This record gives sequence, C-alpha cells and structure tokens, in this order.
Amino acid sequence: MELVEAIILSVLAASTPLLIAATGELVTERSGVLNLGVEGMMIMGAACGFAGAWLTGSIIIGAICGIIAGTLMSLVFALMALGLAVNQVATGLALTILGIGLSGLIGAGFVGERITPAPHLYIPLLTDIPLIGRVLFGEDAFVYLSIALIVGVWRFLYRTRAGLILRACGDNHVSAHALGYPVLRIRTLAVMFGGACAGLAGAYLPLAYTPFFIPGMTAGRGWIALALVVFSSWRPGRLVVGAYLFGAVTILQLHAQGWGIGIPSQFMSALPYLATVIVLVLLSRARTGGSTAPAALGTVFVPDR
Amino acid sequence: MQLVLEKRAERSNTIALASPLIAIGLTIATMSILFAVLGKNPLLALHAYFIAPLTDGYSLQEIAVKATPLVMIAIGLSLCYLANAWNIGAEGQFLIGAVAGSWIAVKTQGTDAGAWVLPVMLLLGAIAGALYALIPAICKVKFGASEILTSLMLVYVADLFLDYLVRGPWRDPHGFNFPTTAEFDPVATVPLLIEGGRLHLGSIIALLVVAAAAVLLGRTIKGFEIRVVGAAPRAARFGGFNANQLIILTFAVSGALAGLAGIIEVAGPVGHLQPGISPGYGFTAIIVAFLGRLNPIGILIAGLFLALTFIGGEQAQIAMKIPLDVTKVFQGILLFYVLACDSLILYRFRLVFPNRQVARGTG
Repeated sequence: MELVEAIILSVLAASTPLLIAATGELVTERSGVLNLGVEGMMIMGAACGFAGAWLTGSIIIGAICGIIAGTLMSLVFALMALGLAVNQVATGLALTILGIGLSGLIGAGFVGERITPAPHLYIPLLTDIPLIGRVLFGEDAFVYLSIALIVGVWRFLYRTRAGLILRACGDNHVSAHALGYPVLRIRTLAVMFGGACAGLAGAYLPLAYTPFFIPGMTAGRGWIALALVVFSSWRPGRLVVGAYLFGAVTILQLHAQGWGIGIPSQFMSALPYLATVIVLVLLSRARTGGSTAPAALGTVFVPDR
Repeated sequence: MQLVLEKRAERSNTIALASPLIAIGLTIATMSILFAVLGKNPLLALHAYFIAPLTDGYSLQEIAVKATPLVMIAIGLSLCYLANAWNIGAEGQFLIGAVAGSWIAVKTQGTDAGAWVLPVMLLLGAIAGALYALIPAICKVKFGASEILTSLMLVYVADLFLDYLVRGPWRDPHGFNFPTTAEFDPVATVPLLIEGGRLHLGSIIALLVVAAAAVLLGRTIKGFEIRVVGAAPRAARFGGFNANQLIILTFAVSGALAGLAGIIEVAGPVGHLQPGISPGYGFTAIIVAFLGRLNPIGILIAGLFLALTFIGGEQAQIAMKIPLDVTKVFQGILLFYVLACDSLILYRFRLVFPNRQVARGTG
C-alpha cells in the first residue's frame, strides 16, 4: 500500500510539468500558432525560477520569475512569427537553441546550490487518510494549480465567447479577420499564455521536483509536451489523460531501475522518448479520416487592409 | 500611426544577398551589449571570438575540422528544408552513424585487419544514419506522424544508446573505468592531410558533398523537384511530383550525411567513441543551413563562420573567462536575426495612418 501511494505521488509529480506546459501550448495552437520553442521557454523558466527562489528564499517569487522568463521568451517568438511573419517551425527551433544557451549562462552561478523545495499541503486528518490522503490532500501547490489551469482552459475554450473567437482564429484566420477580430493580437496573447505556462512548468522542476538546478534539466520535456498536444487531439480532457500516462511511463522506468530488472538503465531511460514516437504513430494512424488539428495551425497570416 | 508588414510585389534580390551580412552585423552588436553586461570589454571579447582564431595556423586548421561535420550535416538538412520536410534530429543520426562505424573499429581492434576497415566504417556510418533518419520519414509518410517531434525524440534515444555501449559492452578494459572505447587502430582512423597537423581527409569529403549538392540542386531534375515541392506544393502535385517520395529521399540523404559526419568525427579528431562527441553539431547545423540560405556554397561559408564561433568561444573562455554558453547564445541570436532579415526579402515595413472610423467599421 505504501508503495502504491508512493508511486501515485511520484507519477503526479512527474506529470505536472508536462501538464502545465502542454496546457499552455494547447491554447497557443488552438489560436493557430505552432510554437516549437516550449523546451527553450521551459529551461529558461527553470533557470530564472531557481535563481529567483535562491536569491529571495521564496518559492512563489521563484515561480513568478519562471513565468516572466517564459513570457518574455514567448514575446520574442511572437515578434518574429507574428510580427515579422517568419516561418514558425524555424522560429520555434531558434527559441529553443537560444533558451538552452541563455539558461546555461544564467544558471551557471547556481549550479550546486540547493533550496528548500515547495512545501506539501498538510490538513490534519484528511491528509492522514490511508492511501488517498496524501494523493488528494498532500500535494504541493503546483499540482493543484495545474489541475485548476486545465479546467480553466477547458471552460475558457468551450464556454466563453473569447474562447470561441480564439478557436476561430485557429481554424480560419481569414474569416476571423474579415469579421473584424484582431487575429494577430489574439494570437500574441495566446502565445504569451503558452510562454507563461512553459515558464511555470520549467520553474516547477527546480522548485518542487528536484531542489537544485542543472543545465539542460528539462531533458526534452518541452518536446514531450508538444507531442502531448497532438496526442490530445487539441482537447483539454484528453490532455490530462495523456500527461498522467506519460508521467506514469517516466516513473515506471525509474522504479524498474530500482527493482534491478536486468535491463540496462539507458534502455529504460529511453522509454518516454520511444513511447512518444509510438503514440504519435498510433494516433496519427487512427485519425486518417480527417485531421483534428486547428485548420490554420502553423500558417503565416499577414492581414492585408 | 502603425507599423505594418506588407507583401512585396516581388522578392528583393538586394536584401536576399545582404540579409546574412545584416544578420551577422546585428548579432555582433547584440553580443557586444551582452559582453558589456557580463563585465567584459566588448572589443577584446570580439577580438578573441572572431580575429584571434584567424591569426595562427593551428586554429585555422581547427576551424576547418569543426566546420567539416557542420557543413556535411547542414547540406543534408538544407535538402530536407527545401522540400519542406523538417528533419531536426540530425544530432541523433550523427550519433548513430558514429556508433555503427565504431562497431567495426571495436571488433577489429588489435587484429591485423587491413586497409578495408576505414572505408567500411564510413559506409556503415552513412547507412546507419540514413536508416535512422528513415524512421521519422516513414512515420510521416505512412502514418502522418509529425516528423519534427519523432526525429527529435530519436536524438535522446541515440544518445542513451551510445551511452550504454561505452559504459557497457564496448568499454575499454584498460580505460580506468572511463566511459570510452579504446583508441582506434591506425587502419580505423581518418588520415591527416598534413603530418602532425589537425586537418584530415573528412574536410575533403565535405567539399565533395558541397559540390555534389550544388550539382544536384542546380543541374538535375531531382533537385528541381525538391525545390518545387517545398516552394509550391500545389504546383508540384499538378506536375506529378511525388512529395512523399521526396520526403523519404531527402531524409535518407540527410541522415546518411549526418551519419557519415558522425563516424568521420569519431574516427578522425576524437579517435575513440565516448559520450559527448558532439557539442550539438546536429542543432548548430540547422543554423548553418539557414544562415547559408539553404544554398550549398552559402552553407560552406556559414559552416566556416559558425566553426569560427566554436573556436573563438573556446579561446575567449581560456583568455577572458567568458562562459562557453555564450557561444550557444550567440548562435541562437544569430538564427533569429537571419530569419528576421529573410522575412524582409518577401515583406517590407510600412507606416500607415489608419482612418479610425474605417478601421473600426460598423462595430
């Protein structure tokens, strides 16, 4: 029982950064923009988040620093891909390359330092319930925030007028523009939201997951978040399922290493990446009837007046 | 008053030529600010980066050595990008090529195997790289899976596989437990061009690759197909060009070139297989491809320039204690400016003074 609880707890912890980053990217992509720079924004969030928390001793300020860093990075992307109509794939790659370099530069002074990780919720009695107590009432704030975030995004996209307009921009920017909606402004806001989420997701890693910063600590999570958005068919509900499934794969390989199964650790570490490839293939294959992707995803839009 | 982007009537050839130079100029200006922020004298730092490596023979050779994998990989990537196929996993194809070629070197170690070893290693490296690149290409063509994500995921897999080999079955028994194979035998090593120097045969191969790509793109139907499929997919369909077949082809060629670059790097300058054989060549090559405007000659020049930043970065670290990450920041900023300047080939800025009532419409 203890072990089951421990595994569920670690799955939730491993899934949370994926869920937060993928939620942001989902909104960005629903507005019709493909930002491949999630990895770069995440690692910047991690470096700046850790720097902020270490300097001030506050996890909250650290998280805010991460959010700001991610948002600033996404603004660079918006300036290029929306303002200058540059190819979104290339711009996203550039953002990741820049983010990895900058985060190394910023984080270099903090390598080897440790902080007290984000505290876990403790409600007497409730948290002490066996098996489910710690899972439901004993998480850190980020876990609850990630769930609130995806519920909020679901409500926004499907239950508000603004969400409808955002989806309209993603499906047909010419019509949205003709109806008088400021397509580029809406997309910029969606990109910024994606950046803020990626920054927060990155900050989660050194603030709650491991209480220290190492260069490149996101280890491809930003790319997995991108794959999750495809996996979810751009739907928030499926995104939650996908994020927890991937978290489970990550944890499974860690535990399998611990149990001493005779498989070399490198093969187990490769599992999440291989799983991503396999899932992408299976899903894309199941969807031959027609794509569920936003119709205008990744296309350049220059309003002519 | 508002600044808006406006499509040019036709592409501007002046800007097409000037854009890489403008981008480099802007990058250098930005870097000067960054150096100043880091508390270093910008002029001295720029000198260490861009001038000092050009002043001695050893560094010049080292630039050519570093440019070799960059140019070879970037040529392959440029074919993909021209055909609108996004291979961003060249780093993984590079590593798998290095692993496959090293297999022969490890197995023939200490035997009296003859001169056939190196050619077979190079061939195997290229084949393995091509096969590894075909995984995302086939996933794309057969199942519609995003080649961007799958090719990138396979980079991590290749990295872990290499790590497993040099820590496990291929580890040098006399290597004091370091994760590396034994030094390759002389027959498994890429010969040097100058005795006692650094320049090796790989650089000649890279030049041949550049020439071959120039002929392919400029003088053959296949090259024309690649360019049409990327630039005008609809026209290509009417022309009867098979886009899927070209995705497979360009991925295979770029994988082969990346794999070949990988085994040349291992059998040449490095001399044995170990983790960290690539300081991100596969990713830097993306920048090389774009800076070179996806043109073979341009890529050759861009490859030499980015190699210069690698060497300059190392020298600046030794001489001025400038962190090595500055080189990556430099490369990232450079790619941004290149892309931004390229946008001005097709678009121009214009100041508009919108008539408020018209702009607001009936709302």
